[in-house]
Formats: sequence, C-alpha cells, structure tokens
Amino acid sequence: MTMPGTEFGIRLHGRGGQGVVTAAELLSVAAFYDGHEAQAIPSFGSERMGAPVTAFCRVSDRPIRVREPIAAPDAVVIVDATLLRHIDVFSGLVPDGFVLVNSTRSAAALGLVPLDQLRNPAHLVTVAATDLARLHVGRPLPNVCLLGAFAALTGLVTLASIEKATAERFNPEVAAANFAAAEAGYRAVAEAVHA
Amino acid sequence: MRSQIEGSRAIAQTVARCRPQVVPAYPITPQTHIVEAVGAMVKSGELAPCVFITVESEFAAMSAALGASAGGARAYTATASQGLLYMTEALFNVAGLGLPVVMTVANRAIGAPINIWNDHSDSMSQRDCGWVQLYAEDNQAAVALHVVAFALAERLSLPVMVCVDGFVLTHAVEPIDVPEASVVDDFLPPFVPRQVLDPDEPVTIGAMVGPDAFTEVRVLAHRQLMQALETFTDLTAHYSELTGQHLEAVSSYRTEGTDTVLMTIGSITGTVRDLADELADTDPFGVVSLTMYRPFPAEDVRHALANAKHVIVIERAFAPGAGGVVSADVRTALAGNPIRISTVVAGLGGRAVTTAALRGVLADAAAGTLETFGFLDVKDDVMARELSEVRA
Repeated sequence: MTMPGTEFGIRLHGRGGQGVVTAAELLSVAAFYDGHEAQAIPSFGSERMGAPVTAFCRVSDRPIRVREPIAAPDAVVIVDATLLRHIDVFSGLVPDGFVLVNSTRSAAALGLVPLDQLRNPAHLVTVAATDLARLHVGRPLPNVCLLGAFAALTGLVTLASIEKATAERFNPEVAAANFAAAEAGYRAVAEAVHA
Repeated sequence: MRSQIEGSRAIAQTVARCRPQVVPAYPITPQTHIVEAVGAMVKSGELAPCVFITVESEFAAMSAALGASAGGARAYTATASQGLLYMTEALFNVAGLGLPVVMTVANRAIGAPINIWNDHSDSMSQRDCGWVQLYAEDNQAAVALHVVAFALAERLSLPVMVCVDGFVLTHAVEPIDVPEASVVDDFLPPFVPRQVLDPDEPVTIGAMVGPDAFTEVRVLAHRQLMQALETFTDLTAHYSELTGQHLEAVSSYRTEGTDTVLMTIGSITGTVRDLADELADTDPFGVVSLTMYRPFPAEDVRHALANAKHVIVIERAFAPGAGGVVSADVRTALAGNPIRISTVVAGLGGRAVTTAALRGVLADAAAGTLETFGFLDVKDDVMARELSEVRA
C-alpha cells in the first residue's frame, strides 16, 4: 500500500502513562527513516496518569510547516478503548481513513460496526496491544506494539524503521522487547486484514 | 545533517556547540527538556569546562548568569512564564550592565489563572528590559538563532533572548539540521569580554549613577540596542554562507501584489504561509513575519508593508487595558501611511491557532467587518455563562 495523498495525518488518543506522546514521536522518527517528512506534536491535556491525552503525527512528502492540531485525520489510533465512550475520537476522520483500536474485543463487540465515518470496513481493526505488550515487554505499555499494528494496517511506515526508531529511543533490552511487541502487533493485524 | 528530533533537544545540542562556560538554570515547563539535556552534557564531561549551577530560583539563575558573564564567562540559561517574571529585576541589570547573556524563553502564558501552555505573554511583558528579542518561526530557525544570538550578544555586549514557542516547538519532533560543531566554531569566536571582574585587578561595575548622567547612560544603551538590527543582518548573512540557512529580521512571503497582509510572530508563521499558498489563486494575501522584535525593525517593517492596504497583526499576547503589543509598534512604524491596521489576538494559553479560524479573519477583512482590535476564536457562550453566574 502506498501513502494516500501528499500529507497523512494521524491522531492518537490515549491516557497519561500509556506512552501516547512517545508513540507519536516514534512514528514520526520511523517515517523520517522511511524517507518522509514527519512532525509529531503532543497536545497535553493535563500531565496526570490516566487523564486523556492526544498526540498528533503528520507524514508528508513535502516539508511540513503547518502546526495546528489535526482536525481531519487520515488515521486514528485509540490506545485506550475506554475513551470510545467519552471522547469523539472519530471527529473529522476522512472517509478513506483508518482506525486502529487497542482492545481484546472485536470491532463489532465494541459497537464500532458499521462505523459511519469509514467507507472501507477493512480499514478498522482492533489489536490486543496491551496483552501483547505484557507478553513481550512485561509491562502493560501498548504504544510500540500499536506502531507495528499501524504499519500493517496502513503501510505508511516499515517495521525496519520502527525497529530503528525504537532502538534509538530505549536501552537495547527494552528496545528489543518493544520491537518484539511491535512485530506481534504487525502479525496480528496482517492476519486480520488478509484473512 | 538532518535528524528527526525534539525541538528542545536540538536547541540543547546547539547551545552545547556554542560552548557555554556557565549555565545556571532552574526548571520550569515547557523549558525543562532544554536545561535537562544541557545539564546531562555538562555532567558527562562533554561540555567541560562548563559549569552547571543548580540554583534555587529563576531570580538566582539570572543573577548567577550576570555574575558569570561579568566574570568573563559565556553564560546561558533558559526559562519560561512565571520563571521569566521572577527574573525581571536581574534582566534589567544584565542589560544595563551590557552583559552578553543568552537565554532561551520557551514561551508560555503567565498566570493567574495558571496555565502551562503557549502564548507570548511572558516575553512580551519583558520587551522593555533592554534585551534583544528574537522569535523562532520553527525549530530550524530556533537552532540557527541560538548560534547567531551568542555572536550578536558578544559583538554588541548585549543580552539576547531567543523566544521559542513552548510545546508547539519545544516539544515538536521534526527534521532539524543541528549546526555542526565545526560550523559553529567557524562562526562564533571565543568570548572576549569587554571588561572582567577580577579580584587581582579590581574594578567596579554597576556603580550608582545620579541625575547628572543617568539619561546619558540610558541613551547610550538605547543606541547600542538599536545597532542590533544591522549586526543581526551582518551575522545572518555570514551564517547563511556557512550553512545555507537564511534568516531575516523581517521576512515577506507572497506579499507581491497582495493588498492584505497577515503579520505573524513565532510558530504560527508556517500555518499562515500554508494558508497563503492555498488561497494564492482565489483570495491571495501576503505574510510578513517578525523574527526580531527588540529592537523593533521599524524600517524593515515599513519596507515589507509598503504596498499593503490592510495589515492584520496576529498577536500571541496583548496589553490588557490598551490593545495589541506588536501592533502598537507596527502602528508607530507605519504612522503617516494610509494603511489600515487590525489586531487579532490569537492562541492565548495554548488555544490552537487554526486555519479555519484564520479563514474567518480573512473573510471578515474582505467583507470590511474585521474589528480594529479583537480576539480569535472567542467562545461567547462561555463568557455569557460566566457573566450570568457573576450576576446571580
């Protein structure tokens, strides 16, 4: 899959402590290594564990000058599914967009089928990223796992670049564990999408 | 070489390559990542013989920077918001003593009510403290301005504030070309202080000056500060030769043949330029952005706006009880010209300055309904509710 359009906007919704801002940063670094221009910006709600957090990432083939929050995202990553009931996480989502939800439940079980905002139902997947993170990282930190899942869903970034970005950010042991989670996330989504 | 890094980290790496000798600092959001990173480099020995002083307050940070600079050291610190206000007394002293301290201000609102997010209320409140003020439009400009700031400060013996929008720039991760150490070394000569406080050769600096000479001291300081524009232009031309990166005190974008000009300062510039591209064929407007705010580059502003009919100054702070801050200077610069000037105060306390809201401003301007002074994106219902609660 190639990058649709010249600029691709990703909005991540999660809670303080889940690594939402780090996920946006790592995604931008991976995109940079894949040869794109990229920008990650956090929107700090309040700096508290558990409080809703939004972060943004733009990926483009041209230098990115705009600095407003992404109102019409091409993809939405929901790091914490409990937010589905509290925040309009799909606000402005483009019709050909993508939705990735961290959940052990299916999209149907979450009440997301059909999702009116999406033209293509195959663009919505759920992945049990917190469980995969527990398994591979030993902690319930779903962020890097979700990046692998995101790569599988959108094709926007490569696993190799996610690995590089992760290796740069964490110590070797933590990076390896997180990348294993990312690979697991990638596989889970690749299987779901191509099943 | 470009790398995908956080603005704060890029600024810290750049400052390190400017080889500061004393860094007294006190942490405050959103400046913290900058001084943490500089502190880590001092601790690792990478910046030896630089001394990092952990002080008890911002007042102490600026006072220690003053002392270090008077002692002949290249001094750097960073702050934001209430921290900058807490420095106020020392800021005036550093400028009055002509000490070339460089400081990053990670722009943030000031309280009350407490707010950690970005606007320009902090640095604008200190516009008259005698420091040069430079505002970064993006992180690439931010790193370059820091290198230029040290050279500018030391050439004129004046302190320089580099203002970088908090969170919007300091916490953005994007491709930034941090100037190479060799380039910085070529550009920035070692600090040669004009006068040094030295116990072996005692001198007095900052002695009391009475009515007989105080005015003259102030006039000379003003004239010295006014030289900063020309020196900045010289330095940035040299910097451009070395790096290919172009910096201007006042820059114009798509202003040719456009009657309406949006004037910007800081990180909203990119968003506004993107909008100017988008509307170039349908509703064209120009963008004039300020990198230098103090001294105010009046002549350059006049030149940039010479063909404009309507200038809309988008400000990230305002003067309660009066109106615009930057636009007051623009009005003075354009006095006598038949150019309409409007002030739009935008993005206070971190409210996003959106393309949608800016389109509204342009539409109002085209319809002739834009007020001379107003606020972007104000929620009238929130204010009405508040007022009704007060009345009840």
